[in-house]
Amino acid sequence: MADLLKVSSNPHVRSKVTTESIMFLVIIALLPACGFGIYNFGIRALFVVLVTVVSAVFTEFLFGLYKRKQTIGDLSAIVTGLLLAMNLPVSIPYWAAAMGSVFAILVVKCLFGGLGQNFMNPALGGRCFLLISFPALMTNFVTDAYTGATPLAALKAGEEVNLLDMVIGRTAGTIGETSTVAILIGACILLLFGIIDLKIPGTYLVTFVLFVGIFGGHGFDLPYLTAQLCGGGLMLGAFFMATDYVTRPITVGGQYLFGAFLGIMTGIFRVFGAGAEGVSYAIILGNLLVPLMEKVTIPKAFGRGGKSHAK
Amino acid sequence: MASLTFKGGIHPYDGKDLSKDKPIREVLPKGDLVYPVSQHIGAPATPIVKKGDHVLCGQKIAEASGFVSSPVYATVSGFVKAVEPRRVVTGDSVMSIVIENDDKYEEVEYPPAIDINKASREEIIERIKEAGIVGMGGAGFPTFIKLSPKEPDKIDYVIVNCAECEPYLTSDYRRMLEEPEKLINGLKVSLRLFPKAQGILAVEDNKKDCVDILKKLTKDETRISVKTLKTKYPQGAERQLVFATTGRQINCSMLPADVGCVVNNVDTVVAIYHAIFEGKPLMERIVTVTGDAIKNPCNFKVRIGTNYHELIEEAGGFRVKPEKIVSGGPMMGFGIFDLDVPTTKTASALLALSKDDVSAAQETACIKCGRCSEVCPGRVLPNKLMMAAIHDDEETFLKLNGMECCECGCCSFVCPAKKPLTQTIKSMRKMQLAKKKK
Repeated sequence: MADLLKVSSNPHVRSKVTTESIMFLVIIALLPACGFGIYNFGIRALFVVLVTVVSAVFTEFLFGLYKRKQTIGDLSAIVTGLLLAMNLPVSIPYWAAAMGSVFAILVVKCLFGGLGQNFMNPALGGRCFLLISFPALMTNFVTDAYTGATPLAALKAGEEVNLLDMVIGRTAGTIGETSTVAILIGACILLLFGIIDLKIPGTYLVTFVLFVGIFGGHGFDLPYLTAQLCGGGLMLGAFFMATDYVTRPITVGGQYLFGAFLGIMTGIFRVFGAGAEGVSYAIILGNLLVPLMEKVTIPKAFGRGGKSHAK
Repeated sequence: MASLTFKGGIHPYDGKDLSKDKPIREVLPKGDLVYPVSQHIGAPATPIVKKGDHVLCGQKIAEASGFVSSPVYATVSGFVKAVEPRRVVTGDSVMSIVIENDDKYEEVEYPPAIDINKASREEIIERIKEAGIVGMGGAGFPTFIKLSPKEPDKIDYVIVNCAECEPYLTSDYRRMLEEPEKLINGLKVSLRLFPKAQGILAVEDNKKDCVDILKKLTKDETRISVKTLKTKYPQGAERQLVFATTGRQINCSMLPADVGCVVNNVDTVVAIYHAIFEGKPLMERIVTVTGDAIKNPCNFKVRIGTNYHELIEEAGGFRVKPEKIVSGGPMMGFGIFDLDVPTTKTASALLALSKDDVSAAQETACIKCGRCSEVCPGRVLPNKLMMAAIHDDEETFLKLNGMECCECGCCSFVCPAKKPLTQTIKSMRKMQLAKKKK
């Protein structure tokens, strides 16, 4: 009887895509923006990245010891650490950066049941925790390289901004958010490998442009809108954080709704608010509404009156 | 014209190159033949022979018992060795008739061919019913029932499922390539039954040579057209096939006939041909023996009842030790733990894989990536259905249209967390169906 064959329910083949392979691609896609941040802000940026990544992985490792189930192999803690670092100013003290990581992994993710169970994006949770706890540290964008305000702050004050610098990323800001080009290179990697699609980022950006165009007070002025799009954490948020699988709706309708909601909220925070964290708060608020958005957008099953056109 | 299709679906490694260029070869059984009385959906057939009886090739050995049922025929001549429970591919023990082959292949006298232009509708259907023909694509639904809907005039399309979307399978492909006339004449029988219907031969676009042959042979037929489908799994699933060819949608509570369609598989149509024009009952089918663990992957013409061991031997045995053997295709076939089972009416392939993806996969947490719902041809949310099933939450399961799952396996295939989605949903569906019956 030793030669029995293996049996299982159908199907008997599986695709090669795994959670690790997805996370690995996300890490690769984050590298251009991360690399540009290090080039732009100097070697300290690299140390901030290392601190957040190492403390994120270490937190997950310790929690794994406690739960007697190790999950660092899925690489998601690295993604969280990277994303958090990219959302921090380069001047952040290392201890604060580490604290953000611990909060993101332990409180936002592990305590709610680990990967897949967190109700908000861990990296953004960590960022907002730091923003509320240490607002001064988190908004200190003065560095050796840049003494001025961030482009968005300048824009709000009515000053001229250099659009080319903004697109390339030669501006003040958090480590990973400044370079639109680098972020878009990463986004293209994710799109090409089918990790994300344009439903959420597309709706997000379009809604945002419409909102700012109507309520921003500058009309549909191209340089102004471009500056708004490339400024702050919008690009990073739209392509890397709003698309986080766990904290976005799974239904197609829900994804459009989610994108539109983020666009409007970001617009409100940017136009009427004073803070520098419109995108983060918009996405976190959106995360909290995901169950509701899914509930109202359950798709119609095939043959139950739903439209499904042949391609 | 662009190829027709549906929304969702997957593109697994298709493995058809292993066996697609191997012509059909007849395999004569050597050992005993085993005929389970339940090779179809419906009531098991009743054995009408007993131990020690001498039977001939083509002799009825079990009779239909009830409306939804189908008779079984001997495919060799010899003596009945036993009537006892034997194991079948699903792992169940089913009452079976065991016949010792005398290698003489003495045949009964088959009834004469039917002239379909003169014969009555009832005569044709009776012949198909008596021939023991069931859906040979895998489901095994008695064909005569499909062919006798309440209002035959309301059938607009008779679709032959030539998609063969299951990876590795090439049995239908070879049949179309080698015996296309039988297929077309078999389809004409169905068209005779439905005077207002158009015949459609629906072929996936990875079988261009079949499309060309069928188009050439049907160019003067006003009632038959060949349609090209996009190559994608599960293009040959009944609901998806009907939608792709006609644009009509069926849900789980409907039959194709409800939207004016009748769907039959290639081998089934050929079986109809044999029954009507040669008087032969269903005795053989094409089986693809393939997989990376098989020495010479082949397409065999197999007499029903032949032991799987013999098929593997005929294909040169194993190249490497297989980890998994599947009766049918890799997406919807049955994993078998032992080769000592017979070929039945619905066995389209025997697949031996050197590696088992399923047991090698490490299950991780669901990250709600949504791949399962993206590929689901039934447009449901497999990950939510799985959670509902795990929590035994019937209400949510039904509300989320859990019953619309067609168990095609796409969700389990794509899942990066390697969750057993199909299996879990399938179990819940079975429980719900069982409850309804009560």
